[in-house]
Amino acid sequence: MPAPVIATQNLVKSYAVTGSKAARGSTDFVAVDGISFEVAAGESFGLLGPNGAGKSTTMRMIGAVSTRTSGELSVLGLDPNRYGPEIRSQLGVVPQENNLDTELKVRENLLVYGRYFGLPRAQVARRADELLEFAQLEDKANAKVDDLSGGMKRRLTIARALINEPRMMLLDEPTTGLDPQARHILWDRLFRLKEQGTTLLVTTHYMDEAEQLCDRLVVVDKGRIMAEGSPADLIRRYSSREVLEVRFGSTQNAEVAERIAAFGERVEVLPDRILVYSDSGERELERMSAVGLHPITSLVRRSSLEDVFLRLTGRNLIE
Amino acid sequence: MTAGERTTNPSLAPSSAAASAGPRPFGGLYAGNARSVMARGWRATRSTNWLVVVSGFFEPIFYLLSMGLGLGALIGQVQTDDGQSVPYAAFIAPALLAVAAMNGAIYDSTWNVFFKMQFARLYEGMLSTSLGPLDVALGEISLALLRGLLYATGFLVVMQALGLNLSWWALLALPAVLLIAFGFASVGMAVTSYMKTFQQMDWITFVLLPMFLFSATFYPLSVYPQGIQWVIQALPLWHGVELVRGLTTGMVDLGMLWHVLYYAVMIVIGLVFTTRRLRALFLD
Repeated sequence: MPAPVIATQNLVKSYAVTGSKAARGSTDFVAVDGISFEVAAGESFGLLGPNGAGKSTTMRMIGAVSTRTSGELSVLGLDPNRYGPEIRSQLGVVPQENNLDTELKVRENLLVYGRYFGLPRAQVARRADELLEFAQLEDKANAKVDDLSGGMKRRLTIARALINEPRMMLLDEPTTGLDPQARHILWDRLFRLKEQGTTLLVTTHYMDEAEQLCDRLVVVDKGRIMAEGSPADLIRRYSSREVLEVRFGSTQNAEVAERIAAFGERVEVLPDRILVYSDSGERELERMSAVGLHPITSLVRRSSLEDVFLRLTGRNLIE
Repeated sequence: MTAGERTTNPSLAPSSAAASAGPRPFGGLYAGNARSVMARGWRATRSTNWLVVVSGFFEPIFYLLSMGLGLGALIGQVQTDDGQSVPYAAFIAPALLAVAAMNGAIYDSTWNVFFKMQFARLYEGMLSTSLGPLDVALGEISLALLRGLLYATGFLVVMQALGLNLSWWALLALPAVLLIAFGFASVGMAVTSYMKTFQQMDWITFVLLPMFLFSATFYPLSVYPQGIQWVIQALPLWHGVELVRGLTTGMVDLGMLWHVLYYAVMIVIGLVFTTRRLRALFLD
């Protein structure tokens, strides 16, 4: 097996809490609390977790723009503490918030960024044109960045990250804040990169995104890894094949929940609905009406990573 | 589409070479590519900010015309601190030149930098490439210098046309102005990197305006009582004014090297703090 492109071992990042309170009882805030995983070349790997789980901090350490507090980290075979610039020269970084250069036009953003890597002007120019095509922005080459739509800005950020022909892409919440159509266009582009063999590291709090893009992922919560595996694998391990979602109205939910507590493999009561985990949602629904329970609405769906997360942490991904 | 196509560019090859290169003099701080940061600034100026650049060029010239020629007609000759007398316009012109260098450098290194750090997140983008913080600091400061040089050259030409350069030493005012601009840009960027709000940024103006008015700009230092003279002599602009004035009036002496040293120290301190701060902010 080839050497992993990312290897972390007990990776920790803590920040000193600043301000007067910290001075009195100084306790550090631990953003990443002992994370270990490996990513193979060409793999598409995800960090799934809610906001504040430590995903972006992990991403920044891997991107060699944040130094670890303790633990081992190797990126493309190098230690980011010593070889930051060498590592960064082989990465394509798409940060959570776009940081495009708004004082420059669309194509100029690509040209200038390529020069930051010290690449020859002619090579950057050729590459910029290819990437504009890839990002479907050819006719926007001379537009101002501020005039682009959210989806276009995101595609431009991805194109920019590709200017140095990176061995690995770091994508932090790549489609957050985009409308469904723009998200699908973006996923399609990322999927093409994956097909071409680029290693992708993706953080997301959307389970559909993780299912679309990731071969394998870790579920992260409060700076720790809760589970690791492929999306299908995780669903099989931590959830049932199907989920029945029923609503009885907010006043009734708690009372009904007691009566169906033994239904399916497991029952999860949320403020607005009850989830029954089972091989067959339809069968559970029939059992309910057999005991005289008729929900206002009911829905049978396949289990998703959202259910995995709920099972592992007792909370929803998006709160 | 060829996003996955790989050229065999040595700088992108897996860094077995880098891994064996051992520790480098600047570690990850400097990639020797400050010029790409300057090129970026040049492009941005060309497409969006050129009007600001032009207005900065005329400001000191307007001062020179109104105060130097206007007030100068009433005042006539001024006694310098060396005891020689020169026409009023020739007295304030070098001071205005030093002020222009300061203002140009300060504008580029404070407001411009503040905006890029707080709102445009420009440096975050730069520092996720192979650039180091020293590349960014040097690139931005050099751009400010280039602008300072442009203003200074134009102003010196105007001075020459008005007969206000009293000596060939005036040619050395160009490098002197660069030195002054470098000092202010370097310290300005360092100070700005610690600023978080617009209110804090206003303090910069609050410091600069009195310095502009009172640093022996419009009259000799000797009008002040001794105590105040010491305060003024501790401030950077006075050193700049004296240095340039000595050169354009031809009253050159060895003591002027102290002014040069003052700016050299400013440059070093500013660069050290800027690099350190950029590293703490973006590469922590």
